[in-house]
Amino acid sequence: MTELLVGTKKGLFVLRGDTGAEKPFDVAARAFPGDVVEFAIRDPRSGRYFASVTSGHFGPRVMHTMDPTGEWEPTTRLGYPEGSDWSLERIWAIKPGEADGLMYAGVAPAGLFTSVDGGMTWELNRALYDQPTRSSWEPGAGGLCLHSIATWPGDPSRLAIGISAVGVWLSEDGGASWRHGNEGLVPRYIPEESQGNTIDLCVHNMHRAPLRPERLFMQFHGGVYRSDDAGESWIPIAEGLPTDFGFPMAIDPADPDSAFVIPLVADTDRVTVEGRVRVFATRDAGKSWTSVSDGLPQKDAYLTILRQAFDREGEGPGIGLYFGATSGDVFGSGDAGSSWFPVRERLAPVNSVRVA
Amino acid sequence: MAIVKLRAPLKDLAGGNREITIDGASVGQVLQELEHQHPKITGWVLDEHGRVRRHVNIFVDGERVKEDAPVAPDATLHVLPSISGGSR
Repeated sequence: MTELLVGTKKGLFVLRGDTGAEKPFDVAARAFPGDVVEFAIRDPRSGRYFASVTSGHFGPRVMHTMDPTGEWEPTTRLGYPEGSDWSLERIWAIKPGEADGLMYAGVAPAGLFTSVDGGMTWELNRALYDQPTRSSWEPGAGGLCLHSIATWPGDPSRLAIGISAVGVWLSEDGGASWRHGNEGLVPRYIPEESQGNTIDLCVHNMHRAPLRPERLFMQFHGGVYRSDDAGESWIPIAEGLPTDFGFPMAIDPADPDSAFVIPLVADTDRVTVEGRVRVFATRDAGKSWTSVSDGLPQKDAYLTILRQAFDREGEGPGIGLYFGATSGDVFGSGDAGSSWFPVRERLAPVNSVRVA
Repeated sequence: MAIVKLRAPLKDLAGGNREITIDGASVGQVLQELEHQHPKITGWVLDEHGRVRRHVNIFVDGERVKEDAPVAPDATLHVLPSISGGSR
């Protein structure tokens, strides 16, 4: 059985089903009705579930439980320090780290929080917060958000994070210090003469290939990129895609040459291209792309798939792929995208999809 | 005279012109003159109070600026949609 955690603008949906049966999944639970669920995961080490919940009245919080169909409890509150000019708005990502109990949360305005007790208490990463350029950081359309946290398998000292719109930041000392990793990124949305110096770099999503951890894949705000030097520099790999705009990515942990994207028209029209919902896969590190879209809507389907709304299950030829759209539709594939089926229709607008 | 560079959809509202030469001592004056010469742009870049809209970026010679910034006679002014605009 596969369990999906689907964060939506109207709560968290826990979906359960058998991908091999290619039938709609059951809604096992709906939690946090009335609140926005930005993101939810299950930490495979502890089995504990975490959900990032934003109340229109009471702000953002992280909730946790061992049973997503039961009661949830709040962790300690995340927040910027007293006297800060920033207040926490949203929690975009929660990610297990590479040491016992180590976890990360990426938030808006752009900050990184760390937990060393399995997600129960959280502490602001001061080195990032204290960056002298912070006052000039510019938001993307989703806000000034830290959404991508790429850990290095087996090494908690090495981190890459992606911020919209302040680019890639790298650390080799567990977050005690940070530096940029932006060489090669081309922000077409600012004048050419300013592109070389800017840090207004709108990363949409970034993933590390665990079998070759110096390799990262990125969906940018106009551009798809690959890094082979741990995020120091980036190579454009969008040729062969219908467009280079989009939000989420997924990778195959068994194959560092594989990545999956869902192209959208452009920043001015963030819907699937030509009314066709298509996932594109590369198996050669971005040299070529192939549509893997059988079973997805191919006529008059103008969907928007947000940056956290795409995930995978397992690896290799039988890798499962799942994504959700702001239309409330969730789709799944149990064969690396060769065939797709509707996991669930007409949920609330989907912010995130994660396999539990 | 400053050179104002436009992209879609503003270019289309300015009769298809990517570059327009306009006189003005400040960004606000240049943009008001742009509206005067191309009335279809009125309200797209400046709001009803004459301020640059929140999700529009103005660059003068590579520097992002606001409506009160000075404009040299040979300056190049880009009017660009901000990445913060639009829907997610």
